[in-house]
Amino acid sequence: MSLSVELEHAFPGFALDVAFDAPPGVTALFGRSGSGKTTVVNAVAGLLMPDRGRISAGGAVLFDRAGGVALPPHRRRLGYVFQDARLFPHLTVRQNLTYGRWFAPKGGVSLEAVVEMLGIGALLERHPVALSGGEKQRVAIGRALLSNPRLLLMDEPLAALDEARKAEILPWLERLRDGTDIPILYVSHAMAEVARLATTLVVMEAGRIRAAGPVAEVLADPALAPVLGLREAGSILPARVAAQEEDRLTRLETAAGPVWLPRVEAAVGTALRVRIAAQDVIIARARPEGISALNVLPAVVAAVRMGDGPGALVRLSVGGDALLVRITRRSAMALELREGAAVFAIVKSVSVAQADIGVM
Amino acid sequence: MTDWLSPTEWQAVALSLRVAFWATVISLPLGIWVAWLLARREFPGKQVLNGLVHLPLILPPVVTGYLLLITFGRRGYVGQFLDQWFGIVLAFRWTGAVLAAAVMAFPLMVRAIRLAFEAVDPKLEQAAGTLGASPAWVFLTVTLPLILPGVLAGAVLAFAKAMGEFGATITFVSNIPGETQTLPSAIYAFLQVPGGDAQAFRLVIVSIAVAMGALIASEWIGRRVARRIGGLG
Repeated sequence: MSLSVELEHAFPGFALDVAFDAPPGVTALFGRSGSGKTTVVNAVAGLLMPDRGRISAGGAVLFDRAGGVALPPHRRRLGYVFQDARLFPHLTVRQNLTYGRWFAPKGGVSLEAVVEMLGIGALLERHPVALSGGEKQRVAIGRALLSNPRLLLMDEPLAALDEARKAEILPWLERLRDGTDIPILYVSHAMAEVARLATTLVVMEAGRIRAAGPVAEVLADPALAPVLGLREAGSILPARVAAQEEDRLTRLETAAGPVWLPRVEAAVGTALRVRIAAQDVIIARARPEGISALNVLPAVVAAVRMGDGPGALVRLSVGGDALLVRITRRSAMALELREGAAVFAIVKSVSVAQADIGVM
Repeated sequence: MTDWLSPTEWQAVALSLRVAFWATVISLPLGIWVAWLLARREFPGKQVLNGLVHLPLILPPVVTGYLLLITFGRRGYVGQFLDQWFGIVLAFRWTGAVLAAAVMAFPLMVRAIRLAFEAVDPKLEQAAGTLGASPAWVFLTVTLPLILPGVLAGAVLAFAKAMGEFGATITFVSNIPGETQTLPSAIYAFLQVPGGDAQAFRLVIVSIAVAMGALIASEWIGRRVARRIGGLG
């Protein structure tokens, strides 16, 4: 099942013109506030009627201006998880969860499976007023899932939560991504969430799509870093837990060799995605000696992009995986970095935070 | 209670309860619909409808009663029609008292329910829609349960108002013992005859008891519902 979107819509002073496909997995719609992300999701959900376009999900046409198709929201079978959980206050958690079942075709995940996956078994008989923000959001996700949807829409589901609650929910979202085959359209302006959850990334800017593709590729594109935010820029390195070492470090195996990080609580063999911020990587022409950084990976320069200011962005290939690095223009010139140059990428172990590590 | 009240007095109390009950029950669906129109819909003539609904609140009740008489009386346009086609006569019957009480209580009922509608977050209804509920189901399963405290409050207010309605009732259906002599009409009648004060006073006590009972009941129901919804209390 996948989602295909083509939309044009004009607001006073703002025009939306987008086209993208969301394959199974998590497709993140990323962009600044006001870039049109929520408008796209509302159009997909049927809460907004676009001027032109076509939307189909899993073979069913939801909207086709030219063909005169515009299903009302309740006929689209999309689970929508709002920023504010929007649980029904007069119903218990259990009744909230099963609300969509009255209207959905038989099948889909069972209540037991959803309760298990989201860890909400202890909340079932409570009313929403007695739940914390994080619990509410988990129930809202479960409620959407149980309506047996063609796909899930999530509009900044973590934006209203504090950091601790976010950290609490992210693993559940990873389980959701890996435990179902329902495509998820995930709107966010938080890079950390996107880097952990997305499989496909669609970058929006001022009502248009700036880039779209597999998340690792898009994040490693030096041309996009200014759009994504220079301080937030970074790439995703696939890795696998190789060993838990005695000095509280974890050894990961990557395509370019071993990488040591502060203890990652995951079993040996677990596939991980590690986000490495572009500004936390150092480039050296020769393998450095007597250096405190534990991780020195042989790399080849794949692309260099000089910025308008003092900075430069370099995409390295480390064993075939992409690594984005942000350095000064001066260094890029001094090191004579150009495509094909052999270099070493140096990453400090402690520069990678626990929140930057997600399961694959 | 029958020993304590004379048959005439008891008749008046029973009639008032019956009139108020039916006035409330019959106007409730219409009240919910009108409150919904006023709270949620934009249409030409909305202000006119709003004005019409509230008119009985500000008009002298005797004017409302007179308007009812010339409309629903045997010679009135609607009254003639109802009489000829359905054999329904309202003027000078207890059913007419129901109509008068309903019209007079309607603004209070609509006001309470309309406020309840306005307090429901449309985002919840939107969420129910995305879960597959058609607009009618959304109304039944989300909107209606959430406005329930307001509906109950409106119904109790309307009931109390209908119990006490006097001016429009006496103008439209007169003051016929056993047929249209409601509690206030009976009090009025007793006060017109020498030595009727004691009888009037007993009915006054009944009035106060019924009104207090209704208020306490609505408070109690409102609290229970609110606790269940988790909004207050």
